[in-house]
Amino acid sequence: MNKIGERLYNGLIKENPTFVLMLGMCPTLAVTTSAMNGLGMGLTTMVVLALSNAIISLLRNIIPDRVRIPAFIVIIASFVTLVQMILQAYIPTLYAALGIYIPLIVVNCIILGRAEAYASKNPVIPSLFDGIGMGLGFSFALTCIGAVREIIGAGEVFGFHFMPASYVPVNIFIMAPGAFFVLAALTAVQNYAKIKGEEKGKDMSKVQSGCGHDCASCASGCPSGKPEKAVAKEDKANE
Amino acid sequence: MNSAKELLIILISSSLVSNVVLSQFLGLCPFLGVSKKVETAAGMGAAIIFVITLASAIAGVIYNFILLPLDVTYLQTIVFILVIAALVQFVEMVLKKFMVGLYEALGVYLPLITTNCAVLGVALTNVQKNYGILTGIVNGFATAVGFSISIIILAGIREKIEYNDVPKPFKGMPIVLITAGLMAIAFCGFSGLL
Repeated sequence: MNKIGERLYNGLIKENPTFVLMLGMCPTLAVTTSAMNGLGMGLTTMVVLALSNAIISLLRNIIPDRVRIPAFIVIIASFVTLVQMILQAYIPTLYAALGIYIPLIVVNCIILGRAEAYASKNPVIPSLFDGIGMGLGFSFALTCIGAVREIIGAGEVFGFHFMPASYVPVNIFIMAPGAFFVLAALTAVQNYAKIKGEEKGKDMSKVQSGCGHDCASCASGCPSGKPEKAVAKEDKANE
Repeated sequence: MNSAKELLIILISSSLVSNVVLSQFLGLCPFLGVSKKVETAAGMGAAIIFVITLASAIAGVIYNFILLPLDVTYLQTIVFILVIAALVQFVEMVLKKFMVGLYEALGVYLPLITTNCAVLGVALTNVQKNYGILTGIVNGFATAVGFSISIIILAGIREKIEYNDVPKPFKGMPIVLITAGLMAIAFCGFSGLL
């Protein structure tokens, strides 16, 4: 039971995929035009992440090491297709709002990253909750970013009017450029925290500085770079 | 459907108006990661043009001649991602064997493209918008040209930023993102073109 709680905490706060690890930036920027879309995208990703983590963990002793990446991708793509069909049937408004970014969950590096770093080495139940924790962290981050953009750009969140009537919404924030500015502010805050942390002599190596830092691993599907570090850490935690 | 005018409109709208990075956020990783120097940015751009054009051609053929007749279009995501991954590997091998010059120019960038969401994104957009094979290839080419334009511009600006005094927390990624945001505003201006 303790293990499950630890996994959830890890995904939500300690290794939050967006705020700490800076993974999966493409959907983060693209769908956060409103808090609702952010939440929808986050939960969709969470379902895919939890299910693919569980299945990959089940099959971890069967899949040969050399073909594991293609095998993971096929498993992930199958779940994405399933989720896409379910959304199309039952929540058509969300399906229309997220559009092409639903099938693109396949290439979201968080999912392949967790499969490689955690699910392929751990039993089913912790892997499932690792997926749920990471997914919750991702949803939380997307909802926050979406809410900020919506408040500034449209003056409302989840349909509630927030700002006084005299407030003129800054439209640019719900358009494409706003996404870049919000992410810039976010990384700047992160850098600031990192600089402060280093001054106090804390080890901040876990906090990634933006996509550029981690890009090679992101583009090649995360098999190098960050996951190994995470694996080493998890192995230590397991001992 | 394939009138020259229509193709021209697709060419302009995919490369400039709805630019793949600056308004659709696809392919952000190479856009931010490989844009430190104009030279490498141009290399990445060339590799992307090559791969996306080829991938949209092959994805179009597979969709129209295999998935549609067999009525299994729901398999598109799985099929496309596997085809793209295989294609990039194959292109790398062919270039290495037969076109050494081109391989030396593009080789380093090819593996980076395998899981680039822009490639899969273009293949899926072509299907969603019901583009034919030729229209799809034009759309893919235009999208990739748009990517190259924006990554080369960003690299040019970053080379200049190197010499500027940026506040410490904004050093590195944040200032690049702000630059990208300003570029996105500039690219919004192209929407008046159509």
